[in-house]
Amino acid sequence: MMSGDRVRPLLEVEDLTVNYGQLTALDGVSFTVEESSIFAVIGANGAGKSTLMRTVAGLHKPVRGRILLEGIDITSVPAHLRVEKGIALVPEGRRLFSSLSVEENLLTGFYRGRKGPWTLSRIYEMFPWMPSRRTQRASLLSGGEQQAVAISRALLANPKLLLIDELSLGLAPIVVRSIYSSFSSLLESGLTILLVEQDVSQARSIASHIHCLLEGRTTLFGGPRDFSAAEIEAAYFGIAEPNLELGTL
Amino acid sequence: MSWINALIQGIFLGGLFVLFAAGLSLLFGVMEVINLAHGDIAVAGGYLAVVLIPILHIPAIWIFIVVVPVFVVIGYLVQRLLFQPSLKSGSLTTLLVTFGLSVIIENLLLEGFSANSHSLSIGRLGSGAFRITSQLSISYLSVVILFVAIATIVLIQLGLSRTKTGRIIRAVADDREAAQLIGADYKHVFGIAAGVAFGTVALAGLALSMYSQITPSAGPTYLIYGFEAVVIGGLGSLWGTLAGGIVLGVAATIGLVASANFGALAPHLVFLAILAIRPQGFFPKKALA
Amino acid sequence: MSRNLGTVSRSQYSGYYLGVVGSVAVVVLAALPYLVAQGFTNILINLFILLTLANMWNVLAGYGGLVSVGQQAFIGVGAYTVLLMAQHGVEPFLAIPVAMVMGAVFAVPVSWFLFRLTGGYFAIATWVVAVIAGIVITGVPSLGGGTGASLPGLHLMNSVLLGALTYWASLAVVLASLVGVYLLLRSRLGLALTAVRDNEIGARSVGVKVTRAKRVVYLISASGCAGAGALIAISQLNVQAANVFNIQWTAYMIFAVLIGGIGSIEGPIIGAVVFIVLQQSLARFNAWYLVIVGAVAMIIAIWARGGIWGIWANRSSTKLFPVGYFLRKPSEKKSSVLAKTEY
Repeated sequence: MMSGDRVRPLLEVEDLTVNYGQLTALDGVSFTVEESSIFAVIGANGAGKSTLMRTVAGLHKPVRGRILLEGIDITSVPAHLRVEKGIALVPEGRRLFSSLSVEENLLTGFYRGRKGPWTLSRIYEMFPWMPSRRTQRASLLSGGEQQAVAISRALLANPKLLLIDELSLGLAPIVVRSIYSSFSSLLESGLTILLVEQDVSQARSIASHIHCLLEGRTTLFGGPRDFSAAEIEAAYFGIAEPNLELGTL
Repeated sequence: MSWINALIQGIFLGGLFVLFAAGLSLLFGVMEVINLAHGDIAVAGGYLAVVLIPILHIPAIWIFIVVVPVFVVIGYLVQRLLFQPSLKSGSLTTLLVTFGLSVIIENLLLEGFSANSHSLSIGRLGSGAFRITSQLSISYLSVVILFVAIATIVLIQLGLSRTKTGRIIRAVADDREAAQLIGADYKHVFGIAAGVAFGTVALAGLALSMYSQITPSAGPTYLIYGFEAVVIGGLGSLWGTLAGGIVLGVAATIGLVASANFGALAPHLVFLAILAIRPQGFFPKKALA
Repeated sequence: MSRNLGTVSRSQYSGYYLGVVGSVAVVVLAALPYLVAQGFTNILINLFILLTLANMWNVLAGYGGLVSVGQQAFIGVGAYTVLLMAQHGVEPFLAIPVAMVMGAVFAVPVSWFLFRLTGGYFAIATWVVAVIAGIVITGVPSLGGGTGASLPGLHLMNSVLLGALTYWASLAVVLASLVGVYLLLRSRLGLALTAVRDNEIGARSVGVKVTRAKRVVYLISASGCAGAGALIAISQLNVQAANVFNIQWTAYMIFAVLIGGIGSIEGPIIGAVVFIVLQQSLARFNAWYLVIVGAVAMIIAIWARGGIWGIWANRSSTKLFPVGYFLRKPSEKKSSVLAKTEY
């Protein structure tokens, strides 16, 4: 649905620096995300991954740096106006509206969303269990079901860029796999995904780019196969010389 | 017989309390803020009618058509310009700001209208009554007020549960940050909620100035009745607020049978008793809906 | 571990100076009835009453996090205690301490109810309690019912002597409230309260008994307000429910605290002085002065949280009352302050 002669990447993040009071949560982070790709941000707890996602979504104001969407500077655009520009965030902890029903939660996605391929019926096709439970309160769903509703809510805004913060947190591996397996079809629809993932092997298997943060700074970036497990391990934990082979990576 | 009379009059008096409580309940449900100026805003609505009726030559009963929209706009502006900046410093600051507003409104009205009481005359509707038996009659106005109160609650409830804006208001009440992520400007949503709250309480002020009379210092008394109705009914539950207002009205009129002093005291005692036995109210609800 | 890590002290200067300056101030204030006209000491009586109230509300809201708009309940308790005792032949001045005790006693059962609620609901419930107290008192004919009763026992006294005695009594009550709050904040409980002020959840998690601390503050505040109520009764020689249970007292104390600066001992002192000055200079504008003072208080609450004292204290590191802690590096001989963290 996009014309091919686009010169700029979908998202450009330049020298992004975010403070929490005295604390620097992000320090000069830069990267670009190409259209129709999956870009994974990895890093340990407190590395600044969620801050990065929230800043791209507009929930934090950076003290320095710029965020460009399709070449247009959106750094000072408030969060609620970024939705119509094509950014949707699936926040950490899912954050469904607890007093709204499943369907009402989904419908909120349309509120300031763009026109596009995502409709309620398409969501119900993707998650066949959903229609029969649409009148239930969202807070009564299981964790995996809530994550599915949260992703669907974001998709219904028909974003160009889908941000997903900690998709696998608290979910059974089988649920994570099934959600990730649906991503390929999302990419085909023209969507670009920027996600935070703690499970490095998972991130490497699905993403075309990985970007590792440590204490707010970039420690490693590139293609998922550009680095050895030990190199990623070192960047992840900030160990200068990894001396152990790690089977998990 | 006087007991039955008191009971029935109380149900209708409860309608007035419900009108005061509805906006309070809505604002707490959406923003978790209690507007201590709520009663004074109602009284200001009454005074606006007192000023406008001779100018516009509108019958008093229809003045709400002008007054309510004015207060909806005022509510939106007060929220955006005064309450919203204070929310940043925490809800206790907002509480103090609403208290300051209460004192300011009261003293402005005192300067403008003196301490004398005013009321709105609505002719036959105010004086006439349904005669049920020789000892029991219900004034037309009481019936109208209870009807308006119930209609207000039903409309707010339907608006919240059935409309798109209502859905977004509930979403903001649940999680204002997540609501931003679906594109909702929560400050605007708060403004809408405050507009509705101010509009309904202006209606309450008009009802009060038709039912009895208003003075610049009448606000706090009705703020307290409204608040008690909200707590008795359960925080955030509009149906509970309806029930709570009627319980208070009945307590007041039955108390009046004993003495004038006890009539004023009884609703508060009922409130304290319920607070002691069942602090979560009759119909507790975590949020709106 | 002999390395000197620095010393922790209460202030940049020793408490000794506060003692000297304070004592001189008290002596001067105490001598005023001999030095100035009675009109001036009468204004000071109002100032002392307001300062007592502001000081009590500040401890309650600024440190305890309890926003009450019903402290007039305890003003009423204090005033009516004096009235009742005077009717039974007790010298009104001697009834002041009793009134203060009664305020605290009355606050015990009230706190059982109120502490079930938090935030805004706590605030309105305090108001409900004050309304109930007012209605109940109005129903007691021997206490004057709705029209009020004059205070027996003082009418025959020489008016100059009465004015001076009232002034001294007010001075004693305000000093008691200030010293009481000062000692409270320096005590272990004060440390707990300051922790609660800064971060209630954090304080709870490190084992501060938050509810107990708040209850103690509530009782102290009730007692101080009852003392102020007793003074109101004596200075007006008349007790009327509509006056002593009036919400305006709460408006006065809140406005004074917000203007001066909430959460410090100095704030209410400055706020009360500013309030009285505004009240005196705007007196001919009737109700307008409350509109102006209310607007100023609102603006300060939103856009300058620390009030006048906060603006001042941000510029300098001055503290009138050493209730915090200062860390001094051992190498620095002079009293330059390294870390000014107040715990």
